[in-house]
Amino acid sequence: MRLALFADIHANRQAFAACLEAARTRGAERLICLGDIVGYGADPEWAVNTVMDLVAKGAIAVRGNHDNAIGTPSDSMNADAQAAIDWTRSRLSAEQKVFLAGLPILREEDNRLYVHSEASDPAKWRYVRDTSDAARSMMATGLQITFCGHIHRPGLYSMSSTAKMTSFVPTAGVAVQLLTGRRWLVVLGSVGQPRDGDPAASFAMFDTASREITYHRVPYDVATAAARIKAGGLPLWLADRLLIGR
Amino acid sequence: MAALTMQAGAELDGFTIGERVYRGGMATLWSVTHPGIDVPLLMKVPLTSEGEDPAAIVSFEMEQMILPRLSGPHVPACFGTGDFERQAYVVMERIPGQTLYKRLDNLPLPYDEVRVIGGKVAAALAGLHRQNVIHHDIKPSSIMFRERGEAVLIDFGLSHHQHLPDLLQEEFRLPYGTAPYMAPERLNGVRDDPRSDLFSLGALLYFFTTGVRPFGETETLRGMRRRLWRDPYPPRKLKPDYPPWLQEIVLRCLEIDPAARYPTAAQLAFDLGHPEQVKLTARAQRLNRDSLGTVWRRRFNLGAVPPQPKSNVAAQLASSPIVAVALDLGEGTEALNATIRVIAEQVLSTSPSARLACVNVLKLNRLAIDRSHDEQGQNKHVDRLVALQHWARPFRLEEGRLTVHVLEAIDPAAAILEFAAVNLVDHIIIGARQNSMRRALLGSVSAKVAGEAPCTVTVVRPSRLAPQADDDEAADHQAANAAVTPPSVF
Repeated sequence: MRLALFADIHANRQAFAACLEAARTRGAERLICLGDIVGYGADPEWAVNTVMDLVAKGAIAVRGNHDNAIGTPSDSMNADAQAAIDWTRSRLSAEQKVFLAGLPILREEDNRLYVHSEASDPAKWRYVRDTSDAARSMMATGLQITFCGHIHRPGLYSMSSTAKMTSFVPTAGVAVQLLTGRRWLVVLGSVGQPRDGDPAASFAMFDTASREITYHRVPYDVATAAARIKAGGLPLWLADRLLIGR
Repeated sequence: MAALTMQAGAELDGFTIGERVYRGGMATLWSVTHPGIDVPLLMKVPLTSEGEDPAAIVSFEMEQMILPRLSGPHVPACFGTGDFERQAYVVMERIPGQTLYKRLDNLPLPYDEVRVIGGKVAAALAGLHRQNVIHHDIKPSSIMFRERGEAVLIDFGLSHHQHLPDLLQEEFRLPYGTAPYMAPERLNGVRDDPRSDLFSLGALLYFFTTGVRPFGETETLRGMRRRLWRDPYPPRKLKPDYPPWLQEIVLRCLEIDPAARYPTAAQLAFDLGHPEQVKLTARAQRLNRDSLGTVWRRRFNLGAVPPQPKSNVAAQLASSPIVAVALDLGEGTEALNATIRVIAEQVLSTSPSARLACVNVLKLNRLAIDRSHDEQGQNKHVDRLVALQHWARPFRLEEGRLTVHVLEAIDPAAAILEFAAVNLVDHIIIGARQNSMRRALLGSVSAKVAGEAPCTVTVVRPSRLAPQADDDEAADHQAANAAVTPPSVF
């Protein structure tokens, strides 16, 4: 089965629509949303409705820290993020808020774990920055492959049977077979707010039969997404950073 | 227990196991067959039982990831892999014959034989590097040859793929590889520089021509680290008859700083294919190693070397292309050749390590007998070489980056295409023939080259403002320009 995985959509309608289309043309059979549907971007209503619709049709979604902050205010967000959360909260319906608050924080499927940040203490929303963060997450689960997002930069970590770690920055479009002899942590880039210097939207496809993960980059209408952020009265940096992918 | 399934007659994923043909420290090799596959097959099975070297598993994983992605004549074709959950294996084409290891008893070999072997291995490395893979274990026992002559590289267990996770990256504290051939930067943990393979090939060329390993047989890390500051004895010190061009090539491969080696395997193959055109530097004549002062400076400035940015294999190859310019030197070609020079300058200006090969075809008549001299008794061949040198002079390229070639052939397009294939040319620049009479009689060389070349081809037409060589050709010329804005890139 071909899975399409999306993380950190952040209410970016143009980016998410482009990624969904790219996943469909690549034959995606099951969609996985790894959290942070809202926050930062100007189209939270559309983004939540779209994910609700996909979940009703069998997609999996887990909760991210921005989704969480809609119902449970966070005291650890920076000013721009906090301003965006307050703005977003005012836009969402009660039904949409209930949906976000009700998303699970972890989901398991076969030998795979889906989580927004990492597996060792998912409600703490820690970043996976390096091999030691990755190792902590991998030690916390018995499942062979963990998929996560949160850091907005693609990464691929593995742990051998002797607990040696490797890290790798994946190349877009090149399939990597996740060998059965080791455990893997697949960190997705962000759909709606990439921070690795490439403004193109990021998502991934995983083929459960061949065990191949392929990261994809999708160019989208960044100018419109940025213009909507400015027009909506959100902090200007949230628009500007989309243009440079930072 | 997975290993128990490996016995003659057993079947695994449709492969019938035959005899065991090899048992090494890391893996065993079995002859296998599969209905519908005609080529002889080998199944490589890692040793994974308790107490085995963990390197055996990791290097097997690397081979399992990399081998199925490789293609071309320089690697064994891969027919299937099995993972560790059941029985790990890789099935590959069985290359007949022996590895170069069998030649060790005959060392040193004649210089020209080693030159030919080295050229084949360099071409194989060029093919591998182009697929974003660095071999990292080039040595006699990982090199075989097809019956048609091409070198085949085997054993990708220590290899690095630019677009795949490097599982060897943090697995071992010591660099894994074969000590006598290992490049110095490997000792500092660098695994992403394709020029490491050129160093290994240089060590092999040195060994095969002198019978002596350039860095001895040390296996200790301390002994290996000496090559970070200590250069080997120049081959001429060991063998006074050692050809200067060969010493130039070998010592350039063995440079401690990767940036001082050949920029690409293709450029090394080019020099091995054209020994008479190797640019000789001070390296070629040396009889002594670097002075102690130089060695000590290197040794005690090791920590001061700035960290190297992560190299990008593809970008490095792209910055060092072999560009072939095919020139017609006949009457009335000056304007076209001037435009070709402008285009070639543009290509070279963006490729700081590019090589320029200027090619002219001396056309033979099918019935010609004495073809080397014209009426004046001048040697046409030499004249053409001089003309090519003259054309290329404005580039002011260092000599090592420029070569000139006069090919003698009945079919100029075929000769240019063959030159490009044999010399691993990346880009051909060729002029479109303007003289309609000749084109009608001879056909368009540039069209055939553009249509059949294995690489990028730029077809150049003179700019519209250039004076016409022949008024009769104006209509034809305009028609050509109307179709394609000069210069056109195919």
